Amino acid sequence: MRVLMFGWEFPPHISGGLGTACFGLTRGLSYISGLQVLFVVPKAFGDEEQQGISLIGANQVPVKHRKLNLKHFSRKLDYIEVGSRMMPYTDPDEYFRIEKSKKEKGAFEFVQTDEAGQIPFTGTYGANLLKEIHDYALVANVIAQDYSFDLIHAHDWLTYPAGIAAKEATGKPLVIHVHATDFDRSGGSVNPVVFDIEKRGMEAADKIIAVSNLTRRTVIEKYGIDAEKVVTVYNAVEPLEKKDKPAFQKGTNEKVVTFLGRITMQKGPEYFVEAAHRVLQKNRNVRFVMAGSGDMMHKMVRRAAQLKIMDKFHFTGFLRGEEVFSMLAMSDLYVMPSVSEPFGISPLEAMQSNVPVLISHQSGVAEILTYAIKTNFWDVDAMADAIYGVLHYPALSEMFVKYGKKEVDALKWEKSALDVKMVYDSVLNEFY
Amino acid sequence: MKTICLYFQVHQPFRFRRYRFFDIGNDHYYFDDYTNESILNKIAANCYLPANKLLLKLLTQHKGKFKVAFSITGVAMEQFKLYAPEVLDSFRALAATGQVEFLAETYAHSLVALKDEDAFRKQVTMHSDMVEELFGQKPLVFRNTELIYSDHIGDMVARMGFKAMLTEGAKHVLGWKSPNFLYCNAINPRLKVLLKNYKLSDDIAFRFGDKGWHEWPLTSNKFAGWLKDLDKKEEVVNLFMDYETFGEHQKKESGVFEFLEYLPAEILKHKSLKFGTPSEVAARLQVVAPVNVPNPISWADEERDLTAWLGNEMQQEAFDKLYAQLPKMNRCTDSRLLKDWNYLQCSDHFYYMCTKFFSDGDVHAYFNPYETPYEAFINYMNVLSDFAIRLNAAVPFSSEEKELANLSGILEERDQKIKKLEEELQKLRSRKRTNTSGKTSRSAGTASTAASTKGKKAQKSAAKTKSKK
Repeated sequence: MRVLMFGWEFPPHISGGLGTACFGLTRGLSYISGLQVLFVVPKAFGDEEQQGISLIGANQVPVKHRKLNLKHFSRKLDYIEVGSRMMPYTDPDEYFRIEKSKKEKGAFEFVQTDEAGQIPFTGTYGANLLKEIHDYALVANVIAQDYSFDLIHAHDWLTYPAGIAAKEATGKPLVIHVHATDFDRSGGSVNPVVFDIEKRGMEAADKIIAVSNLTRRTVIEKYGIDAEKVVTVYNAVEPLEKKDKPAFQKGTNEKVVTFLGRITMQKGPEYFVEAAHRVLQKNRNVRFVMAGSGDMMHKMVRRAAQLKIMDKFHFTGFLRGEEVFSMLAMSDLYVMPSVSEPFGISPLEAMQSNVPVLISHQSGVAEILTYAIKTNFWDVDAMADAIYGVLHYPALSEMFVKYGKKEVDALKWEKSALDVKMVYDSVLNEFY
Repeated sequence: MKTICLYFQVHQPFRFRRYRFFDIGNDHYYFDDYTNESILNKIAANCYLPANKLLLKLLTQHKGKFKVAFSITGVAMEQFKLYAPEVLDSFRALAATGQVEFLAETYAHSLVALKDEDAFRKQVTMHSDMVEELFGQKPLVFRNTELIYSDHIGDMVARMGFKAMLTEGAKHVLGWKSPNFLYCNAINPRLKVLLKNYKLSDDIAFRFGDKGWHEWPLTSNKFAGWLKDLDKKEEVVNLFMDYETFGEHQKKESGVFEFLEYLPAEILKHKSLKFGTPSEVAARLQVVAPVNVPNPISWADEERDLTAWLGNEMQQEAFDKLYAQLPKMNRCTDSRLLKDWNYLQCSDHFYYMCTKFFSDGDVHAYFNPYETPYEAFINYMNVLSDFAIRLNAAVPFSSEEKELANLSGILEERDQKIKKLEEELQKLRSRKRTNTSGKTSRSAGTASTAASTKGKKAQKSAAKTKSKK
């Protein structure tokens, strides 16, 4: 069985959960005998090394094909890069702003979506995300005709049109993988263009994989998709590589409670601030850290200042690889108060580092974790309670660390890949 | 007869480096030495050195007639000592002419006057002592950070024994009254108050190089003409400005040095005008009325209030959390902590957190090391957190902290003792080696020393476990 997969970035260029999930899933699939993945990624050319076969696809978009020999993969991966500047976690408006800022800065660099607040308005016209998506779909059409495969698998809305195009070109069945919907990203005020693309993708698909029951419900209820067609396959987490000591050590004897992620509405940072305020009224021997950046960061700084907790509440800005590891090593509790989180791999990573986690019921990962504290994202009192409890009753956190580690170690991509394989099989059974 | 009172302010803060959350408790050095040194050297080359040279020439040229006043903050003087001692020498040369008055202010260019009288008094004394030591004159007139003044602050200053104080001639305080008279404090009339003529001062400080200004170009002749044409009954014109106006805010190319060069001669040409220092003005002129300032004013921005430093919730928070350390600071004797405490109080740190972009963004951006006020705030709070941890260790408050500090003190003492004994041992051993040549005695000696170090190690570890409890 050969699968044409439209996915997202591979290490080392990983900007978030979507790339991590694509990578993990592909790696898991590589262990299934008789299954081959032809992996297509949108990628802006520039800093990457030029090797492998290059060809020009439709619309003068450069396309590169190479065979990657990746660590932890059972065999070589067919890897196709398409010269496109699409990025995960963007909507058309945001993309416009990012592209504009790039024009000003000159050289292309990987821009996080959090740039929004800092970009000066100039009035020059930038590139259009929807055009990029369209170009990508055109290339997908060409690729689909050039390669042979049995099935198409597309990850998240930006690649749905590509999946549809490939399906139209070849008539092969299409599976789409919903890692997030615009309802999660926007908190309800959906962008109609994005919604339309998502809905068309879901309707064109033969089967839909949702990363949690939470997301599955959204797909069924909000997009009006037949429940039969939607299957939940949970994400997993890469086993933790043995690392040396973290680069930074905790410099205080206070407890550290950490929020780590994009500071955007979806992640519920304001609830973390409010909960911190409540905890600090009872206990001053704790520090709260909000690590990451995003369009709500400045608002959060102001709120923390208003609450007069800034001597115990810290912002680190965007953290990179080694720093994330250090941050987790310093933490006594990891909090993810997401308002709407389709899955959420990051708490699993925290648990791997022996950090107890507090997650919201509104996250997909809450469906599979038992050794984690769960509260509603809006219930800051309960959250404060839980934070206080974990910090003060060592038995609680010891238990979470001990069993949580086991629990998270059992979540393997190999297993998720088998579930995905079952979806493939059912699609192919219906199809042929 | 009108007196022209020229006063220049000199200040540079110690800017912080990017101090990250990870540094808290690990790294206690807060300053960006490179930036501080390069900015200071740049300003010294553009402003302080050429302007001082010019002033020295003018003061000798118009002996006894041309007078100016300076206030240099303690932190600025420290930076001169560190990075540009030649600037300090040139100020000393000015002081030696006897026509230059040095004013007192807060050592750290701080806002402490708004918070605590005791700490305020201490900082002012510290600054006065430094001025006396460097320039050989004891300041008689006070100027508060950024000309911040209120009736209450004036009263405190009067009780400290100062004769006069400088502040802004803010329109909303004066109303129809003119700043060109001598006023006094509303609570304590013995304190004279000199009010800045902001129109004429800002003509030089802000508008001088502005080609869109209808009076551009401003010449010394024209300016002296304006002074002469003021109401005959008015007695004093207070021209207060940043010293960096000359060569830094107004670039050399704008002709600001030429303006300064010819200004004294042009002013002294008129019989009705003369120069005077603030203390001369305070001593010679009659007070016309008290000035009522119930709420603090300053010389900053359009509003002439405190909003540039304490306008938003971030600034308030940083300010409150800083001075929450005051009770502990009063008991602190550690010299490094005391030093950092001064630098932390610099009003500039709060200025960087200002969010009033639209009205006076340009001035706020000046030498600002941060991209956004949020960054400035986060960085400051990280530094302050580390400082608070150090302070807590140095000045324990709760009984637990006290015990901890006590135990670690004992530990340190023991460590030192062990070190001393080991050194002694080393000495004895080497002496023994030189004295004896026999094999047997040497081996016996090493065996006994090994045993004794072992014993001491045990003692050390016992102390450690004790402190952990």
